[in-house]
Amino acid sequence: MRYLCLIYDEEKKWATMPKTEADAMMGEYFAFTEGVKKSGHYIGGEALQPTPSATTVRVRNGKISSTDGPFAETKEQLGGYYLINARDLNDAIQVAAKIPSAKFGSIEVRPIMEFN
Amino acid sequence: MQESAARVRAEIEALYRSESRRVLATLIRLVGDFDRAEEALHDAFAAALDRWPIEGVPDHPRAWLVSTGRFKAIDRLRRNARFDPLQGDEADRLEATPAAVEFDAGVEDDRLRLIFTCCHPALTADARIALTLREVCGLATEEIARAFLTSPPTIAQRIVRAKAKIRDARIPYQVPTRAELPDRLEVVLHVIYLVFNEGYSASAGESLTRHDLCDEAIRLGRLLVELLPESEALGLLALMLFHDSRRAARATADGEIILLDDQDRSLWHRAQIREGGALIERALSSRRVGPFTLQAAIAAAHATAERARDTDWRQIVGLYDVLLRLDPSPVVELNRAAAIAMADGAEAGLAELDAILARGDLADYHLAYSARAELCRRLGRRDEAREAYTRALALVKQEPERRFLQRRLAELSNGPGDPDAGPRT
Repeated sequence: MRYLCLIYDEEKKWATMPKTEADAMMGEYFAFTEGVKKSGHYIGGEALQPTPSATTVRVRNGKISSTDGPFAETKEQLGGYYLINARDLNDAIQVAAKIPSAKFGSIEVRPIMEFN
Repeated sequence: MQESAARVRAEIEALYRSESRRVLATLIRLVGDFDRAEEALHDAFAAALDRWPIEGVPDHPRAWLVSTGRFKAIDRLRRNARFDPLQGDEADRLEATPAAVEFDAGVEDDRLRLIFTCCHPALTADARIALTLREVCGLATEEIARAFLTSPPTIAQRIVRAKAKIRDARIPYQVPTRAELPDRLEVVLHVIYLVFNEGYSASAGESLTRHDLCDEAIRLGRLLVELLPESEALGLLALMLFHDSRRAARATADGEIILLDDQDRSLWHRAQIREGGALIERALSSRRVGPFTLQAAIAAAHATAERARDTDWRQIVGLYDVLLRLDPSPVVELNRAAAIAMADGAEAGLAELDAILARGDLADYHLAYSARAELCRRLGRRDEAREAYTRALALVKQEPERRFLQRRLAELSNGPGDPDAGPRT
């Protein structure tokens, strides 16, 4: 079964992190990605540009409106994701717990809806 | 013939009470879905009512019920396959399940699987409680609603949502691995303790306790100890038995609170206290002492004191010290302050209590103010006692507790008439 692991953390923290610390975090992310590729969980994953780069698009009465910023202002921001294959939710939780940001941010684990 | 049919029916009813949860637990594993397993369970019992009066009761009734339930589930899936081909695949899968795994071996594991699934951390706390009482204990939705002073549709909705989450997020039907066990067991114990507490000290409403919930929680605790005798499971069962042993002594006939000190200790349930004591010993011998075991040890210190004045308060303070290191919380600190007041005098206890209140942690907790009132009263600081009782009254939600506080406040104002008002200034 496929699960999307949405990574939420404070992008402020990333922005103000000393370079050595940021490098160490990136190292942990590379190691995690290698690990889930080896274990067969990995399907895909990306990091996102910070929320100031976000544009929110809506269409109302056929008219496109684009606004600056993310859909919702929250304390933690969506910063990236992994799409994984897991046996069940327990397996997915074990994978999500190893995502480096889980230590200070949070990971939302969502099952993918399968259309038959 | 008539008579024997009636006897068989009575036997089936008794089997439903004693075995239906076991059969359900196994059917959920086989069928892979809570709702389908429940349908299969009811189909199996309906078939028993049909056939046993004629064919006689089978040698292994539980195995018969599981096997029949499985066939009934396959039948239903086949019937539905005309509209939903996926259910046909499901029926094929179920039919291919080897018959040998249907019963006996692994039956107890099935009950543990059911408990851990109903108490999965991915479900909300309310959903865990409702689902556990419904599926593991077999309570009706209406019974659960009554026990938690809410409406049956609210409970039904919680259960429906929880089952949907189990299905959609694929919460597995399994006992956690050794590595996951401590965290997962903690959630299960917490669910059982919440059920007990709601029964022991109803959070709101007319009566002090709701014994049916206490009984249900103790039954769950016993089941867990039987299936998985981990030290904290033993500790929790002991704790519940000690608290519950005071059931008959905690309130007057018209439902007024009687404090621990004033209780008639001959009314305490001795057999339960002995059982709790034996459980604590088992828990302590595992050398992994957790918060429930420590709380049980504190309850044991009260339960084994012959008279209130025989209570070993020094030991109780020591146990609270260990508990605070292990599982710090302001409520535990409050209880420790009350124990210090007994061991070292009201003044020392009040100093501890005021330090907690000054931090603001218990600002909305009525028992913090009633404890303060009590200590001030003992020290003869009547104005402060009156003020603290008044604050406690503003926060209390349960009727018997409210009446108790009102009585205390009234006694304080009556002055010299009160023999228990302590030293006066």
